[in-house]
Amino acid sequence: MDLFDLIGPIMVGPSSSHTAGAVRIGLACRRILGEEVAEADITLYGSFAATGRGHGTDRAIIAGLMGMAPDDERVPDSYAEARRRGLLFSFAFGEMPQGHPNTARLVLRGVKGADADIEAVSVGGGRIEIRRIGDMALCFSAEQPTLIIRNEDKPGTVADVSRVLSEEKINIATFQVNRNSRGGTAVMVIECDTPLNDTLLARIRSLPGILRAVYINRE
Amino acid sequence: MALFYSVTQLEDFAARGGAPLWRQILLASAEESGVTPEQSLEKMNAALDAMLAADAAYDPSQRSHSGLVGGDADKLRRYFESGRSICGEFVGRVLCGAMRMGECNACMHRIVAAPTAGACGVLPAVLLPYAAEHGTPREELIAALYIAAGYGMVIASRASISGAEAGCQAEIGAASAMAAAALVYLHGGSAVQMSDALAIALKNMMGLVCDPVAGLVEVPCVKRNAAGAMNALCAAELALAGVRSRIPADEVIDAMRAVGALMSPLLKETGRGGVAASPTAQRFRSDYFGS
Repeated sequence: MDLFDLIGPIMVGPSSSHTAGAVRIGLACRRILGEEVAEADITLYGSFAATGRGHGTDRAIIAGLMGMAPDDERVPDSYAEARRRGLLFSFAFGEMPQGHPNTARLVLRGVKGADADIEAVSVGGGRIEIRRIGDMALCFSAEQPTLIIRNEDKPGTVADVSRVLSEEKINIATFQVNRNSRGGTAVMVIECDTPLNDTLLARIRSLPGILRAVYINRE
Repeated sequence: MALFYSVTQLEDFAARGGAPLWRQILLASAEESGVTPEQSLEKMNAALDAMLAADAAYDPSQRSHSGLVGGDADKLRRYFESGRSICGEFVGRVLCGAMRMGECNACMHRIVAAPTAGACGVLPAVLLPYAAEHGTPREELIAALYIAAGYGMVIASRASISGAEAGCQAEIGAASAMAAAALVYLHGGSAVQMSDALAIALKNMMGLVCDPVAGLVEVPCVKRNAAGAMNALCAAELALAGVRSRIPADEVIDAMRAVGALMSPLLKETGRGGVAASPTAQRFRSDYFGS
């Protein structure tokens, strides 16, 4: 907990979870996509679906997708800005009985052709978590430089990745490993204290057993 | 465990001397977050600037998306300026400030969550009129915000500052307790008096439910900011007069957490209990979402 969670954040109202958190979801998904968003199909669930319109959740997510921060006074008018930029978007409302009450699914296409299918939740006080990217179930805040790796579930893969990070003097803040089944594929989520460079990412991608590596930097 | 986890710990900080309590809160939290004291001060100054800007930017013609909120702070201002009020000018400025900020938040303006967006009106409502009345320098206001944040962290770590977790007592109640401690600081009170003010403010708000009409941060949230600000004045005056809280502040915070746990989910930001369940609120809800 940070002192500025008590006096702050500076944000556009009315709700830290439904407005500020929604902007941060947009921002995080933009970072995951890794380029300007061209098209966004968004589904809101639970309380996001029930009270989102009154809290500006929809406008807040669009604002975040365009790179606006939670205290940007253009957040309430983000639809107009999206029209100016030619960002196409749609909203739908869904049911997710087992899910977190404040869940959003974003299916994104970038201007250079990247795509991403992401599930994110607003967990309170403006803090968020990414819960799924594509078919990878995971859980991280997207507030720090984060490396997401899909790999074959074989001995030594985790050690190889951490060795490369250590050789490049990158300090790991958190490290999660999940797998679907024994000997199948696994997902590593590694939050780091400092940004990673392209050379390091190339080294990691060339390691044996690495199927895919997604890197999310801070803006 | 959070950096500040008990009111007794903050009293010990103050008793051991050296730097003043607000400065110790600043230094310890900056170190914990890996920033310099200057960066922390810059951030707190930005928060104060954002509070002042939001207060100044109030537009009486603004309405919230639902149409339930807007214009009331201006009505209140005209009433107090007419000289016919019961409480007089200073209290008038406090009440108007709380309503202005609550309305700004509901109308999607830029505000400072303190500790939450729904409770953003309480701290500025008491601190800004106090500073105007007493000619308080800006540095002292910044110090008061560190006091408020330090005590707020104790409430957040021992109990909660989330309406969904513990009801409105954790939002307006926490804001009111933070504001009471900050007021005692500004008026030259001791750390023990800050603890007493915090305890009294929280006790007076204990059990307050979170019952937003149609789930929106509008009704009754905006007016509760006014109540939270008045309660902060009440608690600070009692503590400064030397009135003690018979229950220690840490035990009051623990009791607040326990009350939050006992509260039905209907009363914790679901918009299904309290005034949100009233026939008028239900009619509003179906009209609003049906439209």
